[in-house]
Amino acid sequence: MAKSQVAMKVNGKTVEALVEPRTLLIHFLREQLSLTGPHIGCETSHCGACTVDLDGKSVKSCTMFAVQANGADIRTIEGMANPDGTLHALQEGFREMHGLQCGFCTPGMITRAYRLLQENPNPSEDEIRSGIAGNLCRCTGYQNIVKAIQFAAAKLAGVPFQEAAE
Amino acid sequence: MNDVTATPSSAERAAKLEGMGCKRKRVEDIRFVQGKGNYVDDVKLPGMLYGDLVRSPHGHARITKIDTAKAAAVPGVVAVLTADVLKTVNLAWMPTLAGDVQMVLADGKVLFQNQEVAFVVAESREAAADAVELVEVEYEPLPVNVDPLKAMSEGAPMIREDLKDKTEGAHGKRKHYNHIFSWQAGDKAATDAAFQKAEVTIKEFIAYPRVHPCPLETCQCVASFDKIKGELTLYGTFQAPHVIRTVGSLISKIPEHKIHVIAPDIGGGFGNKVGAYSGYICAIVASIVTGRPVKWTEDRIENLSTTAFARDFHMDVEIAATRDGRVTGLRCYTIADHGAFDACANATKWPAGLFSILSGSYDFPAAYCLVDGVYTNKAPGGVAYRCSFRVTEAAYCIERAMDIMAQKLGLDAAEFRMKNLIRREQFPYTSAFGWQYDSGDYQTALNKALETTNYKKLRDEQKAKREAFKRGETRELMGIGVAFFTEIVGAGPSRACDILGIAMFDSAEIRIHPTGSGICRLGTKSQGQGHETTYAQIIATELGLPADNITVEEGNTDTAPYGLGTYGSRSTPVSGAATAMACRKIKAKAQMIAAYMLEVHDDDLEWDVDRFRVKGNPERSKTMTELAWAAYHEVPPGMEPGLEAINYYDPPNFTFPYGAYICVVDVDVDTGQVKVRRFYALDDCGTRINPMIIEGQIHGGLTEAFGIAMGQEIHYDDDGNVTTASFMDYFLPTAVETPHWETDWTEVPSPHHPIGAKGVGESPNVGGVPCFSNAVNDAFSFLGSTHIQMPHDHWRVWTAAEKLGLHV
Repeated sequence: MAKSQVAMKVNGKTVEALVEPRTLLIHFLREQLSLTGPHIGCETSHCGACTVDLDGKSVKSCTMFAVQANGADIRTIEGMANPDGTLHALQEGFREMHGLQCGFCTPGMITRAYRLLQENPNPSEDEIRSGIAGNLCRCTGYQNIVKAIQFAAAKLAGVPFQEAAE
Repeated sequence: MNDVTATPSSAERAAKLEGMGCKRKRVEDIRFVQGKGNYVDDVKLPGMLYGDLVRSPHGHARITKIDTAKAAAVPGVVAVLTADVLKTVNLAWMPTLAGDVQMVLADGKVLFQNQEVAFVVAESREAAADAVELVEVEYEPLPVNVDPLKAMSEGAPMIREDLKDKTEGAHGKRKHYNHIFSWQAGDKAATDAAFQKAEVTIKEFIAYPRVHPCPLETCQCVASFDKIKGELTLYGTFQAPHVIRTVGSLISKIPEHKIHVIAPDIGGGFGNKVGAYSGYICAIVASIVTGRPVKWTEDRIENLSTTAFARDFHMDVEIAATRDGRVTGLRCYTIADHGAFDACANATKWPAGLFSILSGSYDFPAAYCLVDGVYTNKAPGGVAYRCSFRVTEAAYCIERAMDIMAQKLGLDAAEFRMKNLIRREQFPYTSAFGWQYDSGDYQTALNKALETTNYKKLRDEQKAKREAFKRGETRELMGIGVAFFTEIVGAGPSRACDILGIAMFDSAEIRIHPTGSGICRLGTKSQGQGHETTYAQIIATELGLPADNITVEEGNTDTAPYGLGTYGSRSTPVSGAATAMACRKIKAKAQMIAAYMLEVHDDDLEWDVDRFRVKGNPERSKTMTELAWAAYHEVPPGMEPGLEAINYYDPPNFTFPYGAYICVVDVDVDTGQVKVRRFYALDDCGTRINPMIIEGQIHGGLTEAFGIAMGQEIHYDDDGNVTTASFMDYFLPTAVETPHWETDWTEVPSPHHPIGAKGVGESPNVGGVPCFSNAVNDAFSFLGSTHIQMPHDHWRVWTAAEKLGLHV
């Protein structure tokens, strides 16, 4: 199959490559760029394990062709840490609040939460829950993920994090 | 010792170790939050090929022809395997863990939809997918049966022609061509007598639908056969890597020392990743045939429709009781649907698992159960989806039945349970089925749950709402679910448990390095449970070394000691015990070194958090770090240098975690919508190693229980089509539906476990499902309804309301 030239920015770096037109973005990221953070959980855009940030939106990269991402600015979990190499507030929050177990949904979940906090820096619990409804987790029951995102929101806002009373 | 500052207190030193009881942050998370986990699909070997499966569109059909020519001609296709190819290496069929045999690729006919028919191997996953479409298979459809209750009827379609003339199965006599086994437990005569004398009895048919564990990562592997060395390296999503190595060796005839099984990070298991699947065998054969590594990755539809369903138990349960509410007998007849092959993952001697935990938490004087396993045109499996073997089926059955009896007696569900719970002074308690429950204080747990949730007030509110409903002032019903479950986990004692003859012990090997850090390797395999964190905490407490100084490694069969893997909540009860016992061997040696260095007798030393000190002279001491160094350069004369130990732990008994759960729901009778207002879970898992991880396990298990009770079902239509094989139609709760969880605990240690821990990961699934179902059923019970089958999705709840005439 004839290949197409694509160029895009991934985690701040420009990449150029030849891809089959039918190559999915997730396969391009994982196999051609060796960015194995985003995962494949369903291939029907339900589970969100493949979520990346693309031109300011959360995108499920299993349901988009690499050629459609030509010219885009993409961030994956590998580009989430702070410029000085320390963990992003969300990465820290997920660890502090035990917001992950097997870790398979985590890259997509954190990437989704990153965009959620860009759009709504101080979300309520309900807003967080509906904001991550496109990302499935089979391990945590979501309660600690909600706390992890609240932790990050507080840290990014520079205010102390207060856990809601049980 | 040049340290001039005062030695910190024992408590301060203990806190720094981050040992047992500490909410230690997880070691694993550092890599996972940065996307640096290493899962099977991340494995990329030079020259790697991709395998993809051709699957049957029919539920039952004879194969008259398979033509692979067009597929083989697709550019990039390297090989196409069929049963005929596999027969040349004697691998068209494989043994199952349950004593049956299973087709690797369809041999002559297909027995369930999506059954594996051919395996295409290609240079890219796209080429493999293209070629799958071009494999031409001609089928002659056969009559289909997907109903286990009809499997043994006259004229039912014969599923297994290969067993046509076999009157004996792996577990005794077969009474029908679709019959797999009969298994019974308890005392039938005594139970029948109890029912004859009974003042009150109930009988109910309770079905636990077929569901699927559905971890977010599907099953996958990379097989790499080195022709020069004759060695196979197999990366895979394996909950039990050593079992895979042994079974792999038995099937393939590759000597076991030439098989290297590696289970890297696993994206959830929940029982789905215990078994050996066709995809693994095909990838291995393809690697042998092509001489190149072969990756096989399931997609979600393949996962839900072929690898490892759970439950599908159909239970006729009866309870006998006195008029004043004492249970006197329990009887249950179950039909177990195992699909087309008996590939359930149980201890080999227990074809119905540990289902005879059926008497639950109650003091039944007599009990009996009989289980018949049958074949149908459905996918094979029968795994323990986040539970010990068939324990959740038992817990669901007894907890529903107890509610139904309470209803008949006119007693409150909690009061009836309280009256019949095994009492504290009865432990160790031998149940009517013969299990010896190790420890518990059930009344305290139930009382704490009732008080914390203000149960009495909830019942008062419910009463008022029911009156209002009758007056037509509301269309909402309130339901209160009570469940008190007892699990049996930690398989298990070698006298009771084996898998294909291998005793179900488990292991830990600990090496302490000269500078006082160390590595612990185990036969278990974490799939998200946080083993790297918690095993190190056991070692920290046992040896007085900081948990941060201990590396925990699992999943490499070349380096890890032999073990049976992680499922059935067995890691803490078995390998956790092995870890503590290995530590104690190390500590005993360290004590001798300390005595030598301090020039005292061994018995003159006492342990203090992280050191041995001389009794009565605590300033004279040697820390474990000092002793580690000494073990490598100044051991007593005649002693071997080094500081390491290994323990294979054969548990003397199972452990019996338990819990009291309470759930409050509000049901809209016009829409069938069930809103979970409150869910309270009190768990007693014995000694608590890491409360943060325990709470996380309970949240996750409750969410799975919520999914099962409220919407999950692997459903087949009458033609054998599986209609719920994607996330479009198989319910997984999102953050929006998932309720808020309240957790609580009591702590009664296991008396036979070295550190008293019982295991916790599966309790919330076992207790959660009956609690949700009891809540929904309770909402309707005052209208005369005794049992509404799961799952309690809107449609079914609405239908139940319709049948009760509530929509007039």
